[in-house]
Amino acid sequence: MTTAATDAATDNLAALESEAIHIFREVAGEFDRPVILFSGGKDSTLLLHLAIKAFWPAPVPFPLLHVDTGHNFDEVIAFRDHVVAKYGLRLIVANVQDWIDDGRLTERPDGTRNPLQTQPLLDTITEHKFDAVFGGGRRDEERARAKERIFSLRNAFGQWDPRRQRPELWNLYNGRHRPGEHVRVFPLSNWTEADVWNYIAREKVELPSIYYAHQRKVYKRDGMWLTEGPWGGPRDGEEVKELTVRYRTVGDGSCTGAVESTASTVEEVIAEVMASRLTERGATRADDRLSEAAMEDRKREGYF
Amino acid sequence: MSSLLRLATAGSVDDGKSTLVGRLLYDTKSVLADQLDAVTRASVDRGLSTPDLSLLVDGLRSEREQGITIDVAYRYFATPKRSFVLADTPGHVQYTRNTVTGASTAQLAVLLVDARKGVIEQTRRHAAVLALLGVPRLVLAVNKVDLVDYDEETFRVIAKEFTDHATSLGYAEGSVLAIPVSALVGDNVVERSAHTPWYSGPTLLEHLETVPVAPDPHDAPFRFPVQYVIRPRTPEYPDYRGYAGQVAAGTVRPGDEVVVLPAGLRTTVERIDTPDGELAEAAAGRSVTLVLADDLDIARGDVIAAAGSAPVATDELDATLAWLSEKPLRPGARVLVKHGARTVQAFVDELVSRFDEQKLSTVDYPETLQLNEIGRAKVRVAEPLPVDEYEVSRRTGAFLVIDPADGTTLAAGMVGAPLPVLRSDRDVVSPGP
Repeated sequence: MTTAATDAATDNLAALESEAIHIFREVAGEFDRPVILFSGGKDSTLLLHLAIKAFWPAPVPFPLLHVDTGHNFDEVIAFRDHVVAKYGLRLIVANVQDWIDDGRLTERPDGTRNPLQTQPLLDTITEHKFDAVFGGGRRDEERARAKERIFSLRNAFGQWDPRRQRPELWNLYNGRHRPGEHVRVFPLSNWTEADVWNYIAREKVELPSIYYAHQRKVYKRDGMWLTEGPWGGPRDGEEVKELTVRYRTVGDGSCTGAVESTASTVEEVIAEVMASRLTERGATRADDRLSEAAMEDRKREGYF
Repeated sequence: MSSLLRLATAGSVDDGKSTLVGRLLYDTKSVLADQLDAVTRASVDRGLSTPDLSLLVDGLRSEREQGITIDVAYRYFATPKRSFVLADTPGHVQYTRNTVTGASTAQLAVLLVDARKGVIEQTRRHAAVLALLGVPRLVLAVNKVDLVDYDEETFRVIAKEFTDHATSLGYAEGSVLAIPVSALVGDNVVERSAHTPWYSGPTLLEHLETVPVAPDPHDAPFRFPVQYVIRPRTPEYPDYRGYAGQVAAGTVRPGDEVVVLPAGLRTTVERIDTPDGELAEAAAGRSVTLVLADDLDIARGDVIAAAGSAPVATDELDATLAWLSEKPLRPGARVLVKHGARTVQAFVDELVSRFDEQKLSTVDYPETLQLNEIGRAKVRVAEPLPVDEYEVSRRTGAFLVIDPADGTTLAAGMVGAPLPVLRSDRDVVSPGP
């Protein structure tokens, strides 16, 4: 079948797709041991979709790595395993619980495990000698992320130093690094939340069901609708309600809130996202609210 | 589908660049309620009575503490007419390298000056960098016009001085536009100002929405750096061999005769593969996989080019370098050069000239090239590279200079002399055969 050629310069999504595919192939060409961070959320699912396209008809030449907080949504874990089986991928899971069990990490008093992901991530990168780590981060998510390069060098401690970033020129990416260092790679850097959803619609990308409206028992904490789970809750005084909700981001259950929504198709989600007066993180992520520089501080420590 | 404009901002410290970008985002309703809440909270904490829009974009802790922008950041906004990717680059002299970064992909640059100060040294430096990197269009935003009582004469003098400077850098007059703005108040950024009845041109946003964006020329000679060889070796595709890459220039169609460089082997394009089906043609910017008629030995780093107009591979580059490292360049330096998908060892033979962006002249045979300096050099590469002139092709005329010891990007390299002033009668092209 021959499809009509589209003009990459005038088709924004085609241009973003071509750029992401270019980045995947550069990494495959320049690094020894790349890995894709995969949480089952929409950004990492899109990342995987683009990786599959970049190497078609050959298989994706990298494994996936999931840092599992143990507080994930069942639907997301099921989706993760379904995708891995469907494409015959290799999945490495770093369970935060293992680090807690053997004393390398201590549970936080507030019960959230999101900040606890950093050490298992860095330990696993070291253990497998990964030299390039793909992430689904986008620069439109947060103002510290807006500073992130597409190829972002991390030192042997996994740290990001925003003052010492390499200039990134044209589409020539410099992947040089010394032993022990690694490079975080963000093929979705130039995508916005709207681009992500429009592309998901165009490519009919399958997502975990919780991105679409469903009935759920939730309780309100710090202005967000949280769901029951092993992360604790509801506490006394937190009233459980059954609402029609969906998720805009998927992460640790302790800090990822649902939004009230009846959007049950991709088209309805796009309409809702376009009309929203809140960013996806502002709407549903408690961990970004901790301080004015919460994301920057976590990134400096090695978080994505 | 709206078109995409990639733009960069530049300007010196305290001229209000972050405020202008914040104003663009705010007035195009690209700022959502929670982001504005955060800025309002932070502004109140700092004792301000109105939200400080620069806090929308200064993303790093130390930037907010010092009230300056340290590192280039990328912003995204859209109007019904167009989508924008904005590279917001810092103005400090020590961060000029970030201007180079932002300019390398920009189709338009917005340069800010403070109306009270006019065109200053840093303005001239930035304009030269933008010209060098081949940014096709410039906008001069004459900011803080409210602080000069919206005086037309002040604006005219600054606009004329800048246009003259840009013209001497090679810009046609029609590709430079000056706009009187106040980022703080919002004059002529998105909303037309009632304070400048003497200004009849577009607001900044109107201009950004309507300025023609030259697409990559489709009739340029075809260039395709091979990034990766796709060999599935699966039961379904036992003999498949495809060459994956992004079209760097021109257009390719099945049946086209091509030459593989540097080996010089000739063949034809059999198919243009994508996971969504074969293409009838692929133009610059498109990532595809080429299947060729003959089984040749082709590896990452090779370049597939139009047979009729292939570049000649050369082992001596006559190039312009924008030096981005604290470690100065001296003749004899051993470096790496990354061009397309190939990285080769290289040796800087000679520093031919250094550019003085104030006097728009060159200094011959300088001993070093320091951080943020621009100069012309002879670079000898270990393997011949099929380069084009940067002026002709921004993608295939560009290269990185990399430190082999620690991997730092040392310089932005451009083949040839993209600025007229860097050209000289004393030809630096290596002697012919």
